[in-house]
Amino acid sequence: MQEQPRLITLENVSKEYDGTVVLTDINLYVRKNEFLTLLGPSGCGKTTTLRIIGGFEVPTSGKVIFGGKDITNLPPYKRPVNTVFQKYALFPHLNVFDNVAFGMNVAKRPKDEIASRVQKMLDLVNLSEYGKRRVESLSGGQQQRVAIARALVNEPEVLLLDEPLAALDLKLRKGMQLELKRMQQRLGITFIFVTHDQEEALTMSDTIVVMREGRIEQIGPPKHIYDEPRSAYVANFIGESNIIRGRMVRDELVNFCGTNFTCVDFGFPKDAPVDVLIRPEDMLIVGEDVGQIVGTVKSVLFKGVHYEMIIDAGGFTWKVHSTSMQPEGSRVGLSVVPFNIHIMRPMEEAVAND
Amino acid sequence: MTDMRVPAWGWWLMGLGLAGFVAMLVITIRRNRGVRRSLYAWPYTLWMVVFTVLPLILIAYYAFTDKAGSFTLENFANFWDSNRAMKNDLVRQGFDPVALGMGARGTVNVGTLVYSLWMAFLCTAISLVLGYPAAHIMADREFKLGATIVVLFIIPMWMNFLLRTIAWMSLLEDNGLINTLLQGMGLPKLRLMYNSQAVLLGMVYNYLPFMVFPIYNSLSRQDPRLSEAAMDLGANKWTTFLRVTFPISMPGIVSGITMVFMPSVTTFFIPRVLGGGNTEMFGDLIERTFLTADDWNVGSALSLIMMVLILLSLGLLRKVDPEGEGGSLI
Repeated sequence: MQEQPRLITLENVSKEYDGTVVLTDINLYVRKNEFLTLLGPSGCGKTTTLRIIGGFEVPTSGKVIFGGKDITNLPPYKRPVNTVFQKYALFPHLNVFDNVAFGMNVAKRPKDEIASRVQKMLDLVNLSEYGKRRVESLSGGQQQRVAIARALVNEPEVLLLDEPLAALDLKLRKGMQLELKRMQQRLGITFIFVTHDQEEALTMSDTIVVMREGRIEQIGPPKHIYDEPRSAYVANFIGESNIIRGRMVRDELVNFCGTNFTCVDFGFPKDAPVDVLIRPEDMLIVGEDVGQIVGTVKSVLFKGVHYEMIIDAGGFTWKVHSTSMQPEGSRVGLSVVPFNIHIMRPMEEAVAND
Repeated sequence: MTDMRVPAWGWWLMGLGLAGFVAMLVITIRRNRGVRRSLYAWPYTLWMVVFTVLPLILIAYYAFTDKAGSFTLENFANFWDSNRAMKNDLVRQGFDPVALGMGARGTVNVGTLVYSLWMAFLCTAISLVLGYPAAHIMADREFKLGATIVVLFIIPMWMNFLLRTIAWMSLLEDNGLINTLLQGMGLPKLRLMYNSQAVLLGMVYNYLPFMVFPIYNSLSRQDPRLSEAAMDLGANKWTTFLRVTFPISMPGIVSGITMVFMPSVTTFFIPRVLGGGNTEMFGDLIERTFLTADDWNVGSALSLIMMVLILLSLGLLRKVDPEGEGGSLI
């Protein structure tokens, strides 16, 4: 994957609408055959970024480069890119077949080629028998597959997907996540995927771009982003987390909850204020006598695989995941191994938002 | 109505029709069960019965009866041959109407009808050609003045339709504004009024908003992502319009055509004011038959013919676009 050439590059892309800044200085590249996800809450600029790549918006400043060519001002119909729109945007006056055939009809391909390619694509998305159906008569999941077929049949180099799974129910969504990922691998097409669902991003992507208020917060593979979030914002957005203010005593020693903890981070100035991230599953429940901090279980929730316990300890309310349950009100010790303590530079705004 | 020409059995017939209508209504409401909610519909139902259903029954009654109130098809025969009565008299007296040059004059009514349909068709076509681009521009999200233009289209409609038409007179007259201006520039005067073109101008002017608004509605309701999707799939702006925007706005077009064509066919007053009696349309003919000739029976027959023609053309539209909004008017 890392050896593939860069296909799309955004260089210092900014976008304003009537003086409101939507995107600030976006720098980003997408490699060939990569599954890249733009992740963030609504209003973070992820859809605008996608629309700039698709050609539906022109950036206020900056460049979009596709395979070495500047395509910043190229209209959408001249870009080798196809889009699966949010809510699908299927043509209501055409049946399923004609929806999928639209791109090839516009390109005036021969009739028999259109027929065979559309049918092949409908087979791929399990809608072989649905060609003559009206799009309104299809379920949400079927409409979504028509939208994917309509885009993929044109064999684009890049497929843009704008929250394509948002309107589906949970079970269907999980199924489609796998199906999309499989299609991407089999067809060898670059996917740029927009979502606000962190779990979706973690399961499907090769690379995740976490966005916040029109800026890129962090770029990296899912595992890296989960394990090494650059800020409390990223940590909060991806997975569940305990984030507590702390102080670096020296390299590899951090103080929070009035206790010194050994960690693996270094390079911070002495006594620098930091944000400490500990994932709920990394907080270990141990005997009261051996715990690094001691506290009381406030509540217990059964979550299926594990129990989620809220534990007051050392002046902080901890969220702890464990497969063994401690009864409410019991005194427990908490311990964490150095490797699982993650130190981040404090983000004043991020903390203020919490 | 100058005198009560309706005989007793006619009143009974009307009463029966009305009772049947009410009974049907009651059955429909009962079947739909929403009894409580349907109570609110009663004032409207009553209104419809008194001012729409009853007059329709009356028109049907008059159309199929003669002045004495007995059943006849003579009123419809008179439509095809407007001088029938006079010719019959002549034949009875031993003259040959054709020899007297009365042969061709019988088709006057048909001629008026065809002329009305033709004018209505022209008016609808011109309104569509002018109205669609206007609606398209107004519905464009990028176009900031859209809302202003919508208001500008509505404001003239606050004024009475007769006033608006008379206002055109002062522009088009031989000594009107336009000709005064032309004269001032040393150009010859133009004969702008008292012809079909002036009537057409008045009709288009009056009915254009009824074309623009349904189309504007359907265009502005259209999901902008649809045209984006078309462009995404390789269609340039023109292809996008032809393949997506236009076909999806079809219900608005059908609705606009209906809203312009119906009143156009029955137009009256405009031809009299701007056409100056040189042109007569079917609406004027009906009005003249009722008010000037005081012949309610023939007038009703004419109205009925008009109604059937309008229903037929609406049915045709419905065939073209079964899902369209215009189809729901029948």
